[in-house]
Amino acid sequence: MTEKRRFPIGDSILELSNISLSFGGVKAITDTSFKVRTHEIRAIIGPNGAGKSSLLNCINGIYKPQEGTITFKGEVLSKINPNFIARKGISRTFQNLALFKRMSVLDNILVGRRLHETASFIEVALQLPKAKREEKQNREKSEEIIEFLEIQGIRDTLVGKLPYGLQKKVELGRALATGAEVLLLDEPMAGMNVEEKREMCRFILKVNDELGTTMILIEHDMGVVMDISDSVVVLDYGKIIADGPPDEVRSNQNVIDAYLGVAHD
Amino acid sequence: MRTQPVFMTFKKDDIINFVVLMTLAFIIIPMTVKTDYWYTSILIPWLCLSLAAIGQQIVMGYTGQLALGAAGFMAAGAFACFNLVLRVPDLPFVGALALSGLIAAAFGILFGLPSLRVRGIYLMVATLASQFFIIWMIDKFGWFKNYDTSGIITTQDIVIFGKSLTSPMEMFFVLVVIVTVLTLLAMNMARGSTGRRWMAVRDMDIAAESMGISLLRTKLQAFAISAFYCGVAGALFAFTYLKSLEPVAFDIKLSFKILFMVILGGLGTINGAFIGAAFILLFPVVLNTVGNNVFHGSIDATIISATEQVVFGVLIIVFMIYEPLGMAKLWDSIKQRLFGRNSKESEAPVDQADVGKQGS
Repeated sequence: MTEKRRFPIGDSILELSNISLSFGGVKAITDTSFKVRTHEIRAIIGPNGAGKSSLLNCINGIYKPQEGTITFKGEVLSKINPNFIARKGISRTFQNLALFKRMSVLDNILVGRRLHETASFIEVALQLPKAKREEKQNREKSEEIIEFLEIQGIRDTLVGKLPYGLQKKVELGRALATGAEVLLLDEPMAGMNVEEKREMCRFILKVNDELGTTMILIEHDMGVVMDISDSVVVLDYGKIIADGPPDEVRSNQNVIDAYLGVAHD
Repeated sequence: MRTQPVFMTFKKDDIINFVVLMTLAFIIIPMTVKTDYWYTSILIPWLCLSLAAIGQQIVMGYTGQLALGAAGFMAAGAFACFNLVLRVPDLPFVGALALSGLIAAAFGILFGLPSLRVRGIYLMVATLASQFFIIWMIDKFGWFKNYDTSGIITTQDIVIFGKSLTSPMEMFFVLVVIVTVLTLLAMNMARGSTGRRWMAVRDMDIAAESMGISLLRTKLQAFAISAFYCGVAGALFAFTYLKSLEPVAFDIKLSFKILFMVILGGLGTINGAFIGAAFILLFPVVLNTVGNNVFHGSIDATIISATEQVVFGVLIIVFMIYEPLGMAKLWDSIKQRLFGRNSKESEAPVDQADVGKQGS
């Protein structure tokens, strides 16, 4: 991370303040605050059940925190629902793959272009110039993404028929297609082999480097986290126990006790 | 492997299919089919019900909302058309038809509202309300039937460009034109951004929402468009096939019939609607002919009609288990075998080795 970046890390773009979330009596997240700076790769780590996914779901609007605010680009997000948040410019991938299984790879990625489509269904039905033009642009953009992710060979395959690793890639593609400024990646490398992980890392870094996309990712593989992230938040039992650059977090005694202790080398 | 992106909704194959079908409809059928029976009992109801099946296909096959009330929307369209022709003298028939569709669409939005809260089998029960409410409303308020006491109202003549349509063949031509136009519009929507949104909602609603798709708007839009198609289909069904109007014609049995057409034809394909409708209409005819000609009346007619029900039931179970994509998929496979052409590339199986090569 020493070489010069095309998109140097800037000021805070996303700010979580005092987020608390509970399901009935179970507290998933307690009074959590942290910042994400523009163009950085921010990792969230923590043991199972620490509240990492819940936190992403809060940012993305799937869960509504009982307390606290989320500020995006200086604006407090007023409505908490996924559609509204997507329109603000935050996109995501899911932990357990949430692809459109009975649609082709290309169509999945095209759905990611939703926010770049303004033609009404009547314009689409009649194939009026506006609908045609938009479709052409979005298809070109989607082809670019397919090329970027090197998945040209499967562009017309139904997503449900693809092996897991490729599906993960398609999901990244769909999130990329939105053109969002912030990407939330929920365990992008879960269940992958070393080869696939390395490849996924390469894509994440490539996206960050070429497009300047800010990334927030949850990951279990500590090697990966230490390699690609600019800063790390460590959650345990819904609370932040450490926050800082990877090296600092690695040597933090709380973190070692809670999480790294077993894998200490 | 094709690498050039396709920007047009219609590919070369579609244009060939279109030309073949139109030649069939306007030249070959009129030249070969001379008996009115084929027009009045097979071709005309087939086109009407195919249109309704497209409506059902949009809401169920594409948007994944288990709705059961197509006949209710058809009734709304049929009675709307009757009243429009009756009460608005200068309105051309096609205008009345379009307005009937819009009135049915309004009902579609209303009865699509439960889809925002419930799904699956519960939604099916909730949408049944449309079926019963619309029929009840027509029965309850005499105005809809123009205070006719006989129970069965005769529909007005269809007047197009100042000419009354009388012969079944003329009606068939008009139907072909209307159904073709509406089918092309449906295909454009299904293959374009509108259809992608429907399918996204069908396959994974949370992800669809995270991509900026409004579930509320997409679902209600699908219900509205679906009801529009059903409404137009209902009006055409009444005016060209039944030639009369009675709420009983649009009972729940018809809704189920349309549902079966979509399931057997293939969920999520437009041509599945046509294939399914053809099957459901033709199968009883074939069974009857076989019953009469092969067994020469030695089999009771009630047994034949009971067999029909049993076979439909079994077929639906078989298709649900072995070929959820229905007869449209079977047709595709047969075509592929016969012509060695892969008409649906997206359905081609993935070669794992090939994929592996691509990834590196």
